[in-house]
Amino acid sequence: MNKGKVVVGMSGGVDSSAAAYLLKQQGYDVIGVTMQIWQEESRQIQEENGGCCGLSALEDARRVASKLDIPYYVLNFRKEFQDKVVDYFIEEYQNGRTPNPCIACNRYVKWEALLHRAKEIGADYIATGHYARIEQHPVTGRYCIRTSVTAQKDQTYVLYNLTQEQLQSTLMPIGEYEKEEVRKIASNIDYFVSKKADSQEICFIPDDDYVGFIERETGEKSKPGDFVDMDGKVLGKHKGIIHYTVGQRKGLGIAFGKPMYVYAINKEKNQVILCDNDSLFQKKVYANQMNYMAIEKIEGEMRFQAKIRYNHQKSWCTVREIEEGKIECVFDEPQRAITPGQAIVLYDGEYVAGGGMIIGSE
Amino acid sequence: METKIYFDNAATTPVRQEVLQEMLPYFQDFYGNASSVYTIARKSKTALELARKQVADALGALPEEIYFTAGGSESDNMALKGVADALQKKGNHIITSKIEHHAILHTCEYLAEKGFEITYLDVDQDGKISLDDLKKSIRPTTILISIMFANNEIGTIQPIAEIGKIAKENGIYFHTDAVQAVGHVPINVKDMNIDLLSLSGHKLCGPKGIGAIYIRKGVQITPLIHGGAQEKHRRAGTENIPAIVGLGKAAELAVAELPQTAEKLTKLRDKLIHGIQEKIPYAKLNGHPTDRLPGNCNIGFEFIEGESLLLLLDSAGVAASSGSACTSGSLDPSHVLMAIGLPHEKAHGSLRLTLGHYNTEEEVDYVLNILPEIVERLRNMSPLYEEFLKKQKS
Repeated sequence: MNKGKVVVGMSGGVDSSAAAYLLKQQGYDVIGVTMQIWQEESRQIQEENGGCCGLSALEDARRVASKLDIPYYVLNFRKEFQDKVVDYFIEEYQNGRTPNPCIACNRYVKWEALLHRAKEIGADYIATGHYARIEQHPVTGRYCIRTSVTAQKDQTYVLYNLTQEQLQSTLMPIGEYEKEEVRKIASNIDYFVSKKADSQEICFIPDDDYVGFIERETGEKSKPGDFVDMDGKVLGKHKGIIHYTVGQRKGLGIAFGKPMYVYAINKEKNQVILCDNDSLFQKKVYANQMNYMAIEKIEGEMRFQAKIRYNHQKSWCTVREIEEGKIECVFDEPQRAITPGQAIVLYDGEYVAGGGMIIGSE
Repeated sequence: METKIYFDNAATTPVRQEVLQEMLPYFQDFYGNASSVYTIARKSKTALELARKQVADALGALPEEIYFTAGGSESDNMALKGVADALQKKGNHIITSKIEHHAILHTCEYLAEKGFEITYLDVDQDGKISLDDLKKSIRPTTILISIMFANNEIGTIQPIAEIGKIAKENGIYFHTDAVQAVGHVPINVKDMNIDLLSLSGHKLCGPKGIGAIYIRKGVQITPLIHGGAQEKHRRAGTENIPAIVGLGKAAELAVAELPQTAEKLTKLRDKLIHGIQEKIPYAKLNGHPTDRLPGNCNIGFEFIEGESLLLLLDSAGVAASSGSACTSGSLDPSHVLMAIGLPHEKAHGSLRLTLGHYNTEEEVDYVLNILPEIVERLRNMSPLYEEFLKKQKS
């Protein structure tokens, strides 16, 4: 019956609660763990929520673990989270890019750090409540992420950066279920958890004001500079480059007479370059820091479908390696707002072939 | 695995059988409200006053100087906020230390927001404050000195009588958070010139949710909880008689048995400390080697993560801690270990084992038997240790 020991990362939400339940049903020896990664709550928020250590999520996770009758621990990963996620997040914005903190968190905190801790305490696997499956690729035999059985929810994009070793030691039980089934499973465990909303995008910035967050963390106000057009003509003043992301239209703060969008950010000149909507469409993407999953490497020209952001529709493209770990990807059709700092993830059908960080476009 | 060995008596203790027996009649037989006039209520009143005397005797105080509260945190809050409020016309400066319990530190932060000035005294590597620093930090506006009797994490006992003397000479109230000390080390509030003292029931084999504050006769203090006339108007609310009876009995037993208990626990503690240091390299004792609570053993293991150590001990049936227990159960680098000068990573790798009434030598032997293996396992997986070994070779 016993299939080994697994540490489940529990957030107190629907998905990870269901994951813990399913693994227990499947005969694993399950240990629940909540990773404490961030605590930046004013005393006021703490007083309102009555939390000593913030994050009322802990209480939900603890209750679920107790109902499932599994051991439960809260582990502290604040230092790792600060170093690998928060600092990276701030640095990327300061460099004029748009980071995806979930990807960094998955690779370095949820996997690297948690897996290490799990193995220390004698576990064989870690598990999460992601909507994705982990399988060996039918042709290459390599471990890779495969899309979940439900089309409603696909979290493969944020998982492209896991290593073979990490994938081998990971279980994602809810990738086999529809969203509604998962909610039903959760409601059998705990009514309140099953009614919880999906988690928000940037977990460590609950008010969504990432600019305010960066300014508080660094103690520096972002430096105003010029909006320029594609010919370098000055169009007005911007509030500091961290306020902007490629493709953005709202919040530029100036009326230009026609719709204008952020085309690019020039950190050296502290400029934000604007363009019209048509100019946002491009075909060619450059990416580095490639991580390969289903394939070992890019050989010659290879055809994939790719996503350039979380909610992007997969599109066909041709990819070749231009130097080690660096690729050029040419889409069949022009794509809107290719954003440096975001990931490009390559798919071979339902399997993640690999991915990397976007560094430029043409 | 079920907990077989409980080595976390600084977090809380089981209620002793004798204590429970004393408490039980007050739930169903003598349930009267101590403020009422009829016979059954008089039983409650009598029990209340007996408990007050028991607690007073444990401290060398007068019964009328003891006020029951809901625990150590409430007593600490009452001492700080109550004195701050009562003496705010006289001054706004409070002296405390960096290694106090959060019930003191967070209350001080709150008072600082209200306009009080707080001096947080440093401690030395053993966790003791400097009396010189204390003297130097006294101002004309100083209204209160609050220094804990013994630390909950590293067990270090402060020079309380000397602090009391300095406070008295300067006409400043002296409060001590003695939650970890009462019933564990001898205390006499008169000899030590203590004006206010906090204590808690569940650290000395009494029930949880009950505590007391000693307030020397004549000390000016504003109540924290307003309402009825209980506790001479200083702490409103119907008295929790069963818990108060339990606290009284627990205090009486602890103080009566103190010399024997202290001797037994000191012996076990030293066996544990020396045993660990003999069997495990790079293990350093945190806190003062001799001026420490009889049951407290706090050891820092280099290169490893305290959390994993605790989890592995838990799966071996041993309940231990790596610092103070926060409600989330998550561990931050302890402010106490940081204050005695430990760097961040070492503050993370510490283990606190606290012994109490029910612990035995066999249990100490068991822990001494399994701990080296666990530490070894974690070190073998530690990148820090690997690095260290490489450096040693080259």
